[in-house]
Amino acid sequence: MRRAKYFWLGGAVTVFSGIATLAGLLLSIANAATPSSGAAVDSARSQEAFRQIATVLRNPRCMNCHTATQFPRQGNERRRHDMMVMRGPDGHGAPAMRCLSCHQNINQENGVPGAPNWGLAPLSMAWEGLDDHQLAEMLKDPARNGKRSLEQLHEHMAHDELVGWGWHPGGAREPIAMPRAEFEKLVRDWIDSGAVSPPR
Amino acid sequence: MISLSINGTEHRLDVNPHTPLLWVLRDHLGLTGTKFGCGMALCGACTVHVDGEAVRSCSAPIASVEGKKILTIEGLADAGKPLHPVQQAWIDKDVVQCGYCHSGQIMSAAALLAKRPNPTDADIDEAMSGNICRCGTYERIRAGIHRAAELAAKS
Amino acid sequence: MITRTLRENAPATTPAFQISVVPSSISEDWTRRKFITVTGGAIGLLLAFHFTGSSARAATLATATGANGFSPNAFLRIAPDGVVTVVVNHSEMGQGIVTALPMLVAEELDADWSRVRTEFAPVDAAYNHSMFGIQMTGGSTSTWTEYDRLRMAGATARAMLVQAAATQWNAKIEDCRTESGFVIHSSGKRLDYGALADAAAKLTPPEKVPLKDAKDFRLIGRATPRIDSRAKVTGTAQFGMDVRRPDGLVAMVARAPTFGGQVESFDPAAAKAIPGVKAVVQIPTGVAVLAIDTWVAKQARDALAPAIKWKLSPEAHIDTVAQAAHFAELARTPGKAAEATGDVTAALRTAAKTVEADYHFPYLAHAPMEPLNATVELTATGATIWTGTQFQTVDRAQVAGVFGMKPEQVALHTTFLGGGFGRRATPNSDWVVEAAHVAKAARDAGVTVPVKTVWSREDDLAGGFYRPMFHHRLVGGIDASGKVIAWQQTLVGQSFIFGSPFEKAIIKDGIDETSVEGAAHAPYKIPARRVDVHYPALPVTTLWWRSVGHTHTGLAVECFIDELAHAGGRDPLELRRELLPADSRERRVLDLAVEKSGYGKTKLPAGHAHGIAVHESFGSFVAQVAEVSVENGWPRVHRVTAAVDCGTAVNPLTIEAQIQGSIIFALSALFYGEITLKEGRVQQQNFHQYQVLRINEAPKVEVHVIAKGDKMGGIGETGVPPTFPAVLNAIFAATGKRIRSLPLSRASLS
Repeated sequence: MRRAKYFWLGGAVTVFSGIATLAGLLLSIANAATPSSGAAVDSARSQEAFRQIATVLRNPRCMNCHTATQFPRQGNERRRHDMMVMRGPDGHGAPAMRCLSCHQNINQENGVPGAPNWGLAPLSMAWEGLDDHQLAEMLKDPARNGKRSLEQLHEHMAHDELVGWGWHPGGAREPIAMPRAEFEKLVRDWIDSGAVSPPR
Repeated sequence: MISLSINGTEHRLDVNPHTPLLWVLRDHLGLTGTKFGCGMALCGACTVHVDGEAVRSCSAPIASVEGKKILTIEGLADAGKPLHPVQQAWIDKDVVQCGYCHSGQIMSAAALLAKRPNPTDADIDEAMSGNICRCGTYERIRAGIHRAAELAAKS
Repeated sequence: MITRTLRENAPATTPAFQISVVPSSISEDWTRRKFITVTGGAIGLLLAFHFTGSSARAATLATATGANGFSPNAFLRIAPDGVVTVVVNHSEMGQGIVTALPMLVAEELDADWSRVRTEFAPVDAAYNHSMFGIQMTGGSTSTWTEYDRLRMAGATARAMLVQAAATQWNAKIEDCRTESGFVIHSSGKRLDYGALADAAAKLTPPEKVPLKDAKDFRLIGRATPRIDSRAKVTGTAQFGMDVRRPDGLVAMVARAPTFGGQVESFDPAAAKAIPGVKAVVQIPTGVAVLAIDTWVAKQARDALAPAIKWKLSPEAHIDTVAQAAHFAELARTPGKAAEATGDVTAALRTAAKTVEADYHFPYLAHAPMEPLNATVELTATGATIWTGTQFQTVDRAQVAGVFGMKPEQVALHTTFLGGGFGRRATPNSDWVVEAAHVAKAARDAGVTVPVKTVWSREDDLAGGFYRPMFHHRLVGGIDASGKVIAWQQTLVGQSFIFGSPFEKAIIKDGIDETSVEGAAHAPYKIPARRVDVHYPALPVTTLWWRSVGHTHTGLAVECFIDELAHAGGRDPLELRRELLPADSRERRVLDLAVEKSGYGKTKLPAGHAHGIAVHESFGSFVAQVAEVSVENGWPRVHRVTAAVDCGTAVNPLTIEAQIQGSIIFALSALFYGEITLKEGRVQQQNFHQYQVLRINEAPKVEVHVIAKGDKMGGIGETGVPPTFPAVLNAIFAATGKRIRSLPLSRASLS
């Protein structure tokens, strides 16, 4: 009988170390998305927060520059940007038709929109055609989100001037309906509750 | 007072800093080579270079270009040369008709060639679709750009 | 909906002048005396002009004698240093006459082309258009109507230079020849024109001298680079917009939001509060703001606009969608007959098959690249105007009227035009008269400096004078072999000729010829054809737009003939060839375009198709074959092969450029062009809403020229009409979809 005891012990150790390994694995995955407050993961709350965040991400003011194409879009109808404006090698336009050829650091009185560093989000941040799950996964992935931690992501959403343009688009353009402060709170909330991606 | 560097000359101007560069050039400095066509960056007639980049001067308040190197059609040719290769190519290929859009076309084409000395037709489409020509000189603009590339390569 | 004729809607005052000449026939004999009476209304203007060599001589403007050189007529000056200045009496708007017209003079003069300079003519009877009797540019007529007159001007001067040399050498005239700015004696000695200028100036110009044979031309017919290229590529060419007068101000005008609106009251406070604003004054067309620069003027004008109360006309509350529907209804009723050949009703009854089609064409803006502008400077004795205009005599007379001056007191300097397309030829001189009113009102308010009134792009697009909206209803009948035996075409659209100074010359039996040209008496031999027209009176102002009536008649005729071909199982090319006279110039250009394009022979890539069209306008004949495909519901024109017969090609580079440019101009309208009104307000504000073709959608264009010495025609406009149907016919060939309503951006092709 002594052998069985050791067998079970051995098995338990194996299982335990397996669990430990799995936990470690999960922890390391979650390291990219570790809630800073250390609060417990609230999956339902987190997913709901993200669903609301996604409504902002899909707003034309955001999506028109987070395209999956070689060109930006414009308008609520999200048509291809006029004048064959292109993404270019660096997301800031083709030679002689750079974004800054027309877009200044602030909205102009003649209706041309502007904000600092006007340009397209890199293709790794293309949001077109993604569902809520895919969007969340992309936002959390440092390989695709510009090497950002969750805190840096929050900073970007809350304070970046180009992102902020969506709320002050100028001209006759429709701003994002949800106030930025509320959006920032949702992002905070989502992160604090575990930054859980909605299911596929 | 705003300081502007235009075609290598410093200007100090007592002008509202919100004034678009286009109107400072045309109305205050008498540099009327840069043209007004639409006033909202849709036609390209107002194109100048700011720190080497093509910029639509109708939409650039002078406050935003203070301290930068501004180049207009009047200053495009290199010092000591009568014409820039694009200008010479435009003459060689008899590109202009009414000519009003061509200051902008030439500035855009020059900016293209500075980055792509041997542009393809697709490069030309991407760089030049922002410049409208109501006389319809597009075929010769394309020929002019290819010719300018040849001329620039020779010199 | 207003259905009374435009006659009833004519302005209360008679126009300042009437043009009585009949321009419908292309005059071959320029020496025929024509008395063109320009009679004045309120301003009592009377100008009688009859053009022969002696009259041109009598009206010399430049100094004729002494150390200033030699000027035997109003069209050229030779300075003692040998520079030849040609005075160009037509407006340069891109069509190349600033090069072609001096070529005519220089050819016969045997000038050194590299020493030829040009200047634009002041306003004077000597420069009147030899057919229309006023100084103007339009109708694609400049080159062919000046072809003999300017050559004679050069030949006359040459003869005098030879005479002067012969006298100086005590030699025989027969022993002297000329070449490249020199008179050369058979012995070898030579004198340049500059050295002979003073002596030649003392001679009496001969009445008439022989002109060269075309086979001896050294310049005419050669591809000649444009004289104005260098100035235009260096930004030094002066357009109206570039004129700057000392101490001058810039003005912008706030105008009524709908046509015909009047100022009721306004509060200038918001405008005046903007630094740099110098005056806010009311004028007939609205309220003007004068400021230190264009930007301040625009800011202030935009601030002023909401503070103006307008008296708007209820008639102007137009909705173009409703209007189009009404036009379509009206087109189902018979109009005034422009052609009634045979018995169409009977022929339709006997037809094996009939086809009905409704074609709709929206209002179009010219949208020249340079927005309208005019600079006005008042002096103690008169006024000076700088503007790019096509209508010098008309503008000067009407500006004089504003100030209560005689026309001679007004000097009008024509600059380069940043595009015209007909917009800069308004019979009421709209923007120039407006600028005069601004200067007048400013002077009354104590502001007496020069004023440049500038239009923004928004002002231009909302400013009217559009190519009219038109509706064509066509009913055609074919026999069992597919031959066309009946053609019924009813047009509905505004006429801008009734009530204008051109009424007497252009209206015949109640028909405005510019509205039906290209449809009535079309060259296709159809035994029964009726073309009739309705002219609704509407407050939207309309005007000639590059190729005028042909912009819609060319499309309707060439698309409908294509429809009839397909309905009868006939090849569109073969049907056209059957219906066109065998020796016609239409057949000749059609065959050339077909040959060069490979129509019917070349295997096109999958999804590509050819469409053809042939149309004569302004004396020249153009056929086009367009290669088109439709991708993702959007047409792409890959290539257009054009054949043009203009009789004589003075400058082949110009011919090619004008055809290339016309095709792009037409494609812009075809793909995107429309001005729409809702509640009387124009919906298109700038180029994002009034889109135009850009280089990425421009097709490759090949131009083949026939210039065999047939009657010479014009070239500025003739490339426009066939473009529309060539592409639409190609779209049908590629997709089976027949588009009859423009622009394409509204059509569904997916």
